[in-house]
Amino acid sequence: MPHDHDHDHHHAHAVLPSEPALRVKALETLLTEKGLVDPAALDAIIDTYQNKIGPKNGAEVVARAWADPAFKAALLADGTAAVSEMGFYGRQGEHVMVVENTPEVHNMVVCTLCSCYPWPLLGIPPAWYKSDAYRARAVREPREVLAEFGVTLLPTQKVRVWDSTAEMRYLVLPMRPEGTEGLSAEDLATLVSRDSMVGTGLAQGPAT
Amino acid sequence: MDEPVFSAPWHAQLFALTVHLSEAGHFSWSDWTQTFGAALKRHGLSKELDGGDDYFAAWLEALEVILKDVAGAEDIASLTDQWRRAYLNTPHGAPVRLAAD
Repeated sequence: MPHDHDHDHHHAHAVLPSEPALRVKALETLLTEKGLVDPAALDAIIDTYQNKIGPKNGAEVVARAWADPAFKAALLADGTAAVSEMGFYGRQGEHVMVVENTPEVHNMVVCTLCSCYPWPLLGIPPAWYKSDAYRARAVREPREVLAEFGVTLLPTQKVRVWDSTAEMRYLVLPMRPEGTEGLSAEDLATLVSRDSMVGTGLAQGPAT
Repeated sequence: MDEPVFSAPWHAQLFALTVHLSEAGHFSWSDWTQTFGAALKRHGLSKELDGGDDYFAAWLEALEVILKDVAGAEDIASLTDQWRRAYLNTPHGAPVRLAAD
């Protein structure tokens, strides 16, 4: 685009967003004009994922499962029902399956197609979950990927990789760390990281 | 660890737009993931996507594909241009609005 070289317009006008940012604005304007989009609803969705929904929800589920054997049994039997009862259900009506780590099996979750992820429990996935590298390698060489995340498995543990879809999302139930007997569910929840629920981390013991 | 949920405002806008349209019934989430998966695959041929801007660039393309009967490419291009001009013509610090035609 030719520019007028006679005037210096550096910062004289509003900062120009990137090309894709402008296209998103254009799309939003067009769809709003057609009455298909309500801008207030967009703001509400962003607010929800930016401020209200995140791995704290999943941590609450895990801590409750550690503290309450009956809930854990229900969670493993029908994850969708158990987490819905706690108020965490999928926007797209997807199912949630909870997979339990044991001394025999370590579970990890990926979406090889795009980036399906249990939003109601973990919020929006981090960039690494969406990267080509993770999506390709989690299936091909899970142990190498886990090692890069600093996860050392027991020699007895097999790795099972779960590929998420639009219909089915997975949450890993990490093993309860040693030395946490007698902790309240609230305190237990602080030990549950996001990565431990994706399977690229382990729940950490209480700080020593 | 405390990375922002969305690293750029347009990622958030695009995400919300997609969720909102699917919830309103314009496409199923399953159709969305298929379309988006295909776009990611196309974009990933020439380079390894890092899950940031390039991931959302594929997302944007997928949304334009799935909305092609509702939002025409020409309309999008024309409005993109109008927004660009609006930014260039708005004094720094003032809210940017599309000029009423």
